[in-house]
Amino acid sequence: MEQSKINVKLMSMAGQGGSVFGMALPVLAQSREDIRVLSADMSTPAGLDKFKAAYPERFINVGIAEQNLIGCAAGLASEGLRPICVAQSCFLSMRSFEQIRQYAGYMKFPIIIAGIASGLSLQFFGNTHFAVEDIALMRMVPGMTVVCPCDSLEAVKAFESALEHDGPVYIRMFGGTGVPSVYAQDYDFSLGRAIVLRDGKDVQIIAAGSVVKTALDAAAILEQEGVQASVVNMHTIKPLDSSAIALDKKLLVTVEEHRRFGGLGGAVSEYLSGMSHHPELLRLGFGDDNIKVGGYGYMMQESGLSADGVAHSILNKLKRMI
Amino acid sequence: MKLKALEMTQGSAFGSHIGGGFSAMEIMASIYAVAQIPSMEDPGRDRVIVSKGHCTLAYFTALWKKGFLSEEDLACFEADGSSYYAHAFRNLAKGIEFSGGSLGLGVSFAAGVARACKEKNLENRVFVVVGDGELNEGMVWEALMSAGKMKLDNLTVIVDRNGYQVDGPTEEVMDLSPLEKKFEAFGFEACTIDGHSLGELVDALSKRSSSPRAIIAKTIKAHGISFLENNKMSHHCVLSKKKYEQAVQEIKAAYGAE
Repeated sequence: MEQSKINVKLMSMAGQGGSVFGMALPVLAQSREDIRVLSADMSTPAGLDKFKAAYPERFINVGIAEQNLIGCAAGLASEGLRPICVAQSCFLSMRSFEQIRQYAGYMKFPIIIAGIASGLSLQFFGNTHFAVEDIALMRMVPGMTVVCPCDSLEAVKAFESALEHDGPVYIRMFGGTGVPSVYAQDYDFSLGRAIVLRDGKDVQIIAAGSVVKTALDAAAILEQEGVQASVVNMHTIKPLDSSAIALDKKLLVTVEEHRRFGGLGGAVSEYLSGMSHHPELLRLGFGDDNIKVGGYGYMMQESGLSADGVAHSILNKLKRMI
Repeated sequence: MKLKALEMTQGSAFGSHIGGGFSAMEIMASIYAVAQIPSMEDPGRDRVIVSKGHCTLAYFTALWKKGFLSEEDLACFEADGSSYYAHAFRNLAKGIEFSGGSLGLGVSFAAGVARACKEKNLENRVFVVVGDGELNEGMVWEALMSAGKMKLDNLTVIVDRNGYQVDGPTEEVMDLSPLEKKFEAFGFEACTIDGHSLGELVDALSKRSSSPRAIIAKTIKAHGISFLENNKMSHHCVLSKKKYEQAVQEIKAAYGAE
């Protein structure tokens, strides 16, 4: 459905969960009788209270049991219902990985897996609660679409598209309330079609999810340094929109709130590895180690994923290439 | 069914799950005797979900007796490229509701199906067959907890209680007792019966109650094949020609040539 500018502002305040589950879902549920929402004791943090109050019979809380969450959802899907599974990204993608592979990958049930609080969203909860491997895992599930919306409006658009898609979809959501907008107004969104947000002849920054905004800010910093960077919002990581990858740039850069292997950077390098010539690729993300716990800004800064950090890494790389 | 199952083992040099197949023969036969499945297109049909995916020797021969699988289907059991192998793969046209193989996954699925059927106000039943070793999996208990909570009175869990898993007797590997009490504690009405008695099975399967039901069917692994009974090696093995002939003779002696 179309969103007014005021709605887009409200969504930015409500965050991704609040926008998808609190604002969009109760409206969509009016015309979609088949929608069922399942949660593993995470409905209130996800913003589902309004939906639960409006449709108590269409909500199932399985308790803290992510494996059973996916299994029950598959059973509902087998009977023609449209299950939406809501829990933290880390536990959904890891604790129930085999269940997702079985029911969504092997048996092909069109389950929507909405992982909330991905990346480092849960801050001081520490590494057990970080989802920095989830893109890699979900990419491995046959037929799975993996989408990383960059703001609240895009989360709503991804959710609406997932409901129309004939197959399983992993929606990687992040943050709490108050998510800065990349898009100030409504725009065209399709699963699997990347969006160029900014043009620039030297470098192409390919970003997904929370760090699309960071990539735009980094491109602004680079401009002051005389480097023209384009920015692509690669919201869908699987299937990857390889047509959006600009092979005529000096440097390609991937930015993601995920380990720098297996996710967006992994997907882009897999694509490039099939060519004899391609621009160099700089992959920015977390390394192969636990993350030193702190506030969100601190951890992103320490991991080189602030706008300054991204711009700095790109400038350094360009210097070394000369 | 048993003779056909023995024949199926001879098509594969890879070996077959003979133990768990022969423990579940009467269970599968009686489920299909009780279940109301006019056709797989019928939305009100009873759902038979086999979580214990490796009991295909019993499952496929039961589907063959019901007319869902043909002689030709069974003839390509464990042939290269075949749709019929050690673990059943979902194929509604052939009566197969669930892809088995990875243990412990069927009960959650069945709970979801049962919940959806109740929402649709269907009067049907959902049967789910699990192995006893499979009950080691934590997800099964998550599912049982939710079935109790959702008051799924249309759900019946049948445990093939053959007492053996790959490494040996279940009580040595992971003690399940007191199993009936465990089910009751999760909100089930539970009973324990002789899983090789068609009469007891049909009686137990025919009952309905106001809560989900659990039928603990006490069975013997590789039932009816003397040299494999209660032998952990029967879990997955190859029958030599000689052993096959002996097994055929034993089954024929017990049940007659048919």
